[in-house]
Amino acid sequence: MKKLALITMLGLILIIGACADTTSRARSVFLLLDTSGTYQVEIEKARAIINYLLGTFEPGDSLAVARIDSGSFSEKDIIAKVTFDRRPSTATKQKRLFKDKVDQFIAQSKGSSYTDITGGVVQAVQYLTETGAGQRYILIFSDLKEDLAKGQIRDFPLEMNGCEAIALNVTKLRSDNVDPRQYFERVEGWKKRVEAGGGSWRLLNDLERLDRILEG
Amino acid sequence: MSLIQLLNIWPNAPLLSAFFWITVGVILLYLARTPAHRAIYSLSRVVHNGLRLLSQSTLLAAERIRSRNKEVLFSLGKETTERVIEREYQRVEDVIKCDLAAFPMLQRTMADQVASLNEDYQKSSELPPPAPTWVDAITSLSKMSSKDASVAAILDQIHKTINSQHKGVMDEYRRISSERHSRLHKMMPLWRRLSDSVDMAAKRFTGLNERAQVIDNRMQEYHEIQAESIKAERMLTSSAATQFFIAGFVLMIAFGGAVINFNLIALPMSEMVGGGSYIGAFKTSDVAALVIILVELAMGLYLMESMRITRLFPVIGQMDDRTRRRMIGITFTILFIMAGVESSLAFMRDRLAADMHALRQSLADVEVMVAANNWIPTVGQMVMGFILPFALAFVAIPLESFVHASRTVMGGLFSGFLGGLAFTFRLFGNIARYSGEFFVNLYDLTIFPSLWIERLLIEKRRPVNESKDTETQRMVEETS
Repeated sequence: MKKLALITMLGLILIIGACADTTSRARSVFLLLDTSGTYQVEIEKARAIINYLLGTFEPGDSLAVARIDSGSFSEKDIIAKVTFDRRPSTATKQKRLFKDKVDQFIAQSKGSSYTDITGGVVQAVQYLTETGAGQRYILIFSDLKEDLAKGQIRDFPLEMNGCEAIALNVTKLRSDNVDPRQYFERVEGWKKRVEAGGGSWRLLNDLERLDRILEG
Repeated sequence: MSLIQLLNIWPNAPLLSAFFWITVGVILLYLARTPAHRAIYSLSRVVHNGLRLLSQSTLLAAERIRSRNKEVLFSLGKETTERVIEREYQRVEDVIKCDLAAFPMLQRTMADQVASLNEDYQKSSELPPPAPTWVDAITSLSKMSSKDASVAAILDQIHKTINSQHKGVMDEYRRISSERHSRLHKMMPLWRRLSDSVDMAAKRFTGLNERAQVIDNRMQEYHEIQAESIKAERMLTSSAATQFFIAGFVLMIAFGGAVINFNLIALPMSEMVGGGSYIGAFKTSDVAALVIILVELAMGLYLMESMRITRLFPVIGQMDDRTRRRMIGITFTILFIMAGVESSLAFMRDRLAADMHALRQSLADVEVMVAANNWIPTVGQMVMGFILPFALAFVAIPLESFVHASRTVMGGLFSGFLGGLAFTFRLFGNIARYSGEFFVNLYDLTIFPSLWIERLLIEKRRPVNESKDTETQRMVEETS
């Protein structure tokens, strides 16, 4: 009987302990919300995306939401960030708190004078690297029109190794309607910048299919 | 210079060139005819013999497997029948111990009842009223003349006395009769009791008779199996196939139960081991839930084994009774604890699921609805969580049948497969053999002009009769 118990215990230890997975399956998402004057009206759509992400995220995943304003490379611009606890019950509580923070921000958000997307992306890359997640996404909820304050230096190459940038709801500006090439050039310019930095790029304007956001 | 240009000897006449080369080819093939035939024959023979050997080996293997299967089948059948007979003897022993041990007492009771009845019967036998001795005196007096007044007075007095005597006797007679009737009435329950006792004894003996009949039948089966008769083999094979399907069906049901069980505990397990960690491609919580179910199954197996319901592990079966009983206690306790744990996990699952559902509703901006009587599914899940481990413990029984039956069924299928393989080898061997002959004939067909010329030349050289004889002989050879 002792032998049988020993064999059973040994089997269990072997099963559980011997084949530990070292690769991280956790997902980490940094959502950048454009709060510039031209894009302020679109911010309500961001709530649906955040709620969708909260609904699908699992324990161990990380989520951060930050605004893009005149100077986005700042911790102050992070509205909420969380790494969900390994216990589902705690993770559910964290999700509730996160939702409340985002709701509060959306209710009180004001338009910014400038749009510093690059600063936000750099901030996002930094955060995502810190999380150590296996899958890293930067969701850019913006029209991708960068408008920098005087003196800001943002024309440097980005370091985006292992990150996937997904531009969401890239709206067409009035000037794009006059010359659509401007829109394509803008999108293409960001794509080249991200890919040159070692990241990958995706454009997703159809927000009806939220399940496609993180499918790549 | 290309090969075609090289072969084209007369560039202006390609047909002539082709004819030339064909002629050269035919001559060369004719010259190489005998060694070519030998090569083709030897190749076909090699393939044929090789495949024939393979076929024979496969057939031998199939035969060996069939014979081994037979051995296993008879051994299993013998073991099963022995167990059944053992059980029947056990039952007979139980009947003898429990029922027939009380037989002397029953016999004594019956004897007492019979004695009591006999006594009552004796007492109740009707006795005629005693004949009064004074009847003769009365008869003499009745002959006397009653005209005399004194005599009449005496007679009258006698009459009165007689009447009073008669009344007294009759009263006594009625009292005794009534007493006898009451005795007879009292005998009724005694009769009934006696009848019941006899019926009971008869029933016990009938039960024993039936058991004896069953044992007889089983013994007959056992003898058949020992004699390894075809009837027994057929019976055991059919029984194994039936067992295979029935046990397979029950195992599928058990698998369904295990899946339900898994779903009950997988989510709450993530509270214990974490929801974001993985073992290989699987979530640690899922693996942990699976391990718990497997441990429950293992405990169920050990429990059934120690209770001697199944015989999958001879080591457990061979344990002494004390150790075995201790093992029953330990395995049952572990199973009970695990059932309790599962029940709590099921409760936790319900709470977690409700919490997640509420969160999703709030994320979707839907008003959170609280269902009425939501304790019913909670209790249901808890009860299921408690019962399923015990239900899974019984999987050991169909599992044993499945393992034993699958040994026979799979063995039969494998043997059949090997038989089919042997046939295929044989078929391809024969195809190779006749292909050799076909290629030889094809070879001759390609060089038929040279063969035709050869025959013409031979016929010219030989006398007519000899030629005819040779032709006849050749035809006979070809026919044979």
